[in-house]
Parts: sequence; C-alpha cells; structure tokens
Amino acid sequence: MLHTVNKSPFERNALDSCLRLAAPGSAILLIEDGVYAALKGTAQTAKVEAAAETHEVYVLGPDLKARGIEESRIIGGVKIVDYGGFVDLAVAKGTVNSWL
Amino acid sequence: MSEEPVFDTQGVVRKFMFVNRKAPYGTIYALEILESVLISAAFEQDISVAFLDDGVFQIKKGHDPKDLGMKNFSPTYRALGGYDIEKLYVEKESMEARGLGPDDFVVKVQVVPAAELSKLMAEQDVLITG
Repeated sequence: MLHTVNKSPFERNALDSCLRLAAPGSAILLIEDGVYAALKGTAQTAKVEAAAETHEVYVLGPDLKARGIEESRIIGGVKIVDYGGFVDLAVAKGTVNSWL
Repeated sequence: MSEEPVFDTQGVVRKFMFVNRKAPYGTIYALEILESVLISAAFEQDISVAFLDDGVFQIKKGHDPKDLGMKNFSPTYRALGGYDIEKLYVEKESMEARGLGPDDFVVKVQVVPAAELSKLMAEQDVLITG
C-alpha cells in the first residue's frame, strides 16, 4: 500500500494518524505541505526518522523545490521522487491511501 | 430622509497587523494575504506583518514552484520596504520548532519571542489573519 500525506505535520494530525496505522513495510509519500515532515532538525524529525526505519518513506521533489527546501536538509533514509516516481509507486503498491 | 454618511478618515492612522500562520503553495492564504498587505499600503496606516506557526515557511529562501505550475511570489516580500511596510516579525518559537534560523528568510525580519509578539498583537486596532 502507498500512503500519501499532503498536510503539514505542524498544522494537522494526518501524519500522526498515517504513522500509527501504516503497516510496517508499506510506503509513505509526503506531498504538498506534507513535505515539511521530511525536514531535519524540527520538532517532527524524530518520528519521521523512526518511520524511515520501518517503512519506505518518500518525499516529492517538486514540492520541496517549490518551498525552497534543499536536499541537504532532508532526513537521511527519506528518498526524493519526482512525479514519474509518484506514478511508479502508485502502480507498484497497488492501493493508495490518502491521509487528507 | 436620512443623510448620506460621511467617511472623514483623512489623517486617521490605525494599527493593522496581518497574521500569517499557513505554509505557502499548499493553500492560497499566503498569496492572498500578501496582496491585502500591498493594497493596505495605499491607505497610509501603521502596518505590521507577523509570521508564526507554518507562516514562517512563507518567507523561506529559494522558493521555486514552477514545476507545480505556480507563480513564485516570494520576491514580493522584499518589495514591502518600498511601500514603507518595514515591521516584519517572526515568532522565535515557531521558527525554532521548524529548524529554521534568521538566515533562512528571503527578507529581513525581527525575530521575537511569543511573549513579545503577544504584546505587539495587544497593541493593534485590527488583526487580519490567515
């Protein structure tokens, strides 16, 4: 399953709910304002680092670029994908669960 | 028959604060408030702009949303000085929780702790929030 989170973890609890319910080994893709969860050195970093140990965690590159977030500031273990990569994940994982 | 109301606001200056609390691009709030700030400059009021919570991301350096098919409006924050809007505040606690520092911002701002921002808010006549 592919989980997508499109809301900031500082503003909504969508990421928390996703991390609570996403099965180990499933994929989590951070998109839109959800990409702020991939930042190092924030109040949300520890939980995303922990998630990257048990899940495949991805972040959408175009949304990072739009918001001025340099690759060097992304949590280690979180992979950056483009829109093509988003499509590939959706196909590969079969089912998409959108945490809006 | 009632008389026409008279709006004699000449020389009346009130304190307005625009309060930004949302990240840019995910929603339209950041851009729409910025447009309101620019329009407000024409009325010669005492304007200040605050960035707190995810609003601090609005002035992060290096925005490049062309791959989203959206316009990069962040250079406009640097133009505010040209409209005599120079009171720009960032809440320190929000900035630090997001791993950002003063060097991350596209425009020069005053970083103030919550207690100080609270006092500034209490001084305002009008707060416009988003």
